[in-house]
Amino acid sequence: MTVFNVILLAFLVVCAISVSFSKNLLNSILIFMSYSLIMSIIWILLESPDLAITEAAVGAGVTSILFFVTLKKIHAIQQEEEDEHEPRQKTK
Amino acid sequence: MSRARKQSDYEKTFAFRFFRWMGGEKDAFVGNMEMRPQKEYVEEEETIQERMRDRQQAMEEVYDSGHNKELRFFNILYRCFSIVFCVAVVALLIITVSYLPSVGREDKPTNNIVSDTYISEGLTDTGAVNIVTGMILSYRAFDTFGETNVLFIATCCVMIMLMVDEDKIRENKESNDRGFEPKNDAILQVAARLLVPVVFLFGIYIILNGHLSPGGGFSGGAMIGAGMILYVAAFGFDKMEKFFNEKVYKCVKVTALICYGCIVTYYFLTGANGLPCRIPLGEPGTILSGGITLPINIFVGSEVACTMYAFYALFRRGGL
Repeated sequence: MTVFNVILLAFLVVCAISVSFSKNLLNSILIFMSYSLIMSIIWILLESPDLAITEAAVGAGVTSILFFVTLKKIHAIQQEEEDEHEPRQKTK
Repeated sequence: MSRARKQSDYEKTFAFRFFRWMGGEKDAFVGNMEMRPQKEYVEEEETIQERMRDRQQAMEEVYDSGHNKELRFFNILYRCFSIVFCVAVVALLIITVSYLPSVGREDKPTNNIVSDTYISEGLTDTGAVNIVTGMILSYRAFDTFGETNVLFIATCCVMIMLMVDEDKIRENKESNDRGFEPKNDAILQVAARLLVPVVFLFGIYIILNGHLSPGGGFSGGAMIGAGMILYVAAFGFDKMEKFFNEKVYKCVKVTALICYGCIVTYYFLTGANGLPCRIPLGEPGTILSGGITLPINIFVGSEVACTMYAFYALFRRGGL
């Protein structure tokens, strides 16, 4: 069980660091989502299922959806059709 | 209709103006303030070229790190200092954590009489088998009431910022971004048809079983809210409005908050004055037990579900 814990915690650290280094906003949100999922598993291992349920529903579910909607509103996510026809502009 | 004062006298009083303002008959700003639609900003060709030229010049002369030695030095120094600063903060935090008492030690300051009392007396005091929910919703009901109010105020603020007039939503379909995505996506609809009932049922189960099993109002409400968001994403706002529109939203939200406030006030007034609480605790383990825990779970759950859905709807199209 300790090995499993260590793997999860290491994954958590990797997720947290890669969120801030990811250039693509969409990828950042997906990594953030996986961070929440890992966190909810860790809550179960720490014997607090109440928090695990809340983390899975709010952290991985609703917060990420709100982030997606916001990105769409500010046109940060480009449509798929545009991607197919013209090369994506590289922003730096 | 008889009045002590004449109509013309009454119109000068503060009460008349106040009730007119309350009823929304006269807006104080309409007519007094100049209102003009915003013009779209169009840039001239010349200014664009000038800006590009300036930028080019600046990049060549000021930010020329190839030849500007001071700038190169500053860049290196900046990076070094930022790395040193990050490492120092991380080290400080890790050192602080190492001074904290280790997990599970007996003489930890958190192992005091409070948690012991919660564990030993919780079941007899609150009637809830799940000590966590019993603690949150009865010993600390005041905190949870504050949190519920925070949710209410947060939706109010989002409404103030993002709400669009109902007429404008109808006439101006551009304001909502439904056109951005494939409508009637078959995969999403089939998945939603299978998942939404399960999600709703599970959320309701968690809310109603909050005092018996892990979970409670907040988690169950968040789950139901997520289910509603899934339903809207698959079938659109028109279908959603058939069973959940702004009227239902207002009723549910305000009723839940008021009922919660009343129950908590009653519970605290009786408890603080040493009066017997009339809410039966019930037999521990059955569904109708837990005293005030069960109704408060339901109210918190409906409040949270409404909040989650309202956030999504307001973000998407600026209305419920």
